[in-house]
Amino acid sequence: MRLERSRVRAVVAVPAVAAVGALLVWAFVGLPDFGHYRGPYGFVLNRIGVPQRHTTNVVTAIVFDYRGFDTMGEEFILFGSVLGVVLLLRGRARDEAEEDLAKYTDAVSSDLVRVLGGLAAGVSLLIGLWLVSFGFVTPGGGFQGGVVVAGALLLVYAAGSFRAWRKVSNEEALDPLEGIGVGGYVIVGLAALVSGAPFLHNLLGPGKSGTLFSGGSLPFLNWVTALEVAAANVVLCAQFLEQCLAPHARKERSNS
Amino acid sequence: MTLVVATIAPLQAIAFVLAPLGATAVVFTRRPLRQIVVNGFYGLALGVLFFVLQAPDVALSMIVVGAIAYPLVVLSAIGRVRLRSGGKPKGREADGA
Amino acid sequence: MSVLPYVSAAWICAVGLYGAITSRNLIHLALCLTVVQSSTYVLLLAIGYVNRGGAPIFKGVKLGTRAVDPVVQSLTLTDIVVSVTVVALILALALDAHKDAGSVDPDTLADVKG
Repeated sequence: MRLERSRVRAVVAVPAVAAVGALLVWAFVGLPDFGHYRGPYGFVLNRIGVPQRHTTNVVTAIVFDYRGFDTMGEEFILFGSVLGVVLLLRGRARDEAEEDLAKYTDAVSSDLVRVLGGLAAGVSLLIGLWLVSFGFVTPGGGFQGGVVVAGALLLVYAAGSFRAWRKVSNEEALDPLEGIGVGGYVIVGLAALVSGAPFLHNLLGPGKSGTLFSGGSLPFLNWVTALEVAAANVVLCAQFLEQCLAPHARKERSNS
Repeated sequence: MTLVVATIAPLQAIAFVLAPLGATAVVFTRRPLRQIVVNGFYGLALGVLFFVLQAPDVALSMIVVGAIAYPLVVLSAIGRVRLRSGGKPKGREADGA
Repeated sequence: MSVLPYVSAAWICAVGLYGAITSRNLIHLALCLTVVQSSTYVLLLAIGYVNRGGAPIFKGVKLGTRAVDPVVQSLTLTDIVVSVTVVALILALALDAHKDAGSVDPDTLADVKG
């Protein structure tokens, strides 16, 4: 019965998907030719991005300044889905799993891996922080740098031990940090409202182009986003790792 | 300038062919554990495509996310599913994890 | 050459949809959905490309040199990072379904009577 249903689905899916693909191609061919981008906004922003905001990375200026409101929406999506994951996975039988996991060490035995992993974690953390801080001068930004910082913290588990990871991914510390990340974005926007300008208006002066002191209120939004993305990713990874390792921890506890 | 065009257009053509190939490979790899590895290669192909389309921020984003976040989340899910169903499933029953 | 990017984006979307429809494992389904999402990234960046244009980063580059469209890049890069958490939510739902029904096969899940 099960095989029949999936076979029927496969047979029906091919012409349906082919029709969707044909429709898409017909729609896309009506677009301007590849390479002949017509729309004015891209050209306008490339020309005025640097003189107006003194940020040499126009993409980051768009993400956090010209279209900063969209980024606020994306941050709320991030926050909401991490909230959903935590609600789904933190639920049942939690206290027992907490005890098992608190005693679970799961250390990496090879010394070479630990040393190299420790070095790599430090270097990755520095790279992540550099990506965030220079995000509006060269390619980078809060989003990319935040994920790299989360990855550096993840190396603590991958090349170290689960116990060290627990210290680093302490939920009581991470949950407020993530809240500060999302709330901070809104607060910077409200600060503009308080001073009489529209919401999320760029308050401070542009500064000197090509250095860290450029972009007005952009660096604040950048750092707040990086904090939120990093905390959200670490919380996500912590939840999933707990799910995966809880049975191992229980087995080890019952063996000892 | 024409030298730049002459060198970049074939790269773009190759990248635009590799990306759908990678996508097809990801979809037709039925076992999730193998699919993650193939997804890593697909992420790299997409990263190269974005780079050749002059979008370094986007390429950075794709590579970083495909190397750090996706494998961890999906591997943990696979591990949890396997533990609950008692170890690695054998045979082709329902393309289990 | 001018039709290859669009055909490639449409192909990726169609193949991802096919994988999502005929999937027999919820984790495989989640990854097929990311393939569909990546087709939109390819399309957006293909739309924004300017012939002989460079990256829209002007550090050490003279202002006014031809550059590709930065707006589509900003949309794409936030979306890539945020979509990971959405996939994580889908996987959490799959884990929950596995806990209740004992399998990650969408066909068997459909038989659960409420």
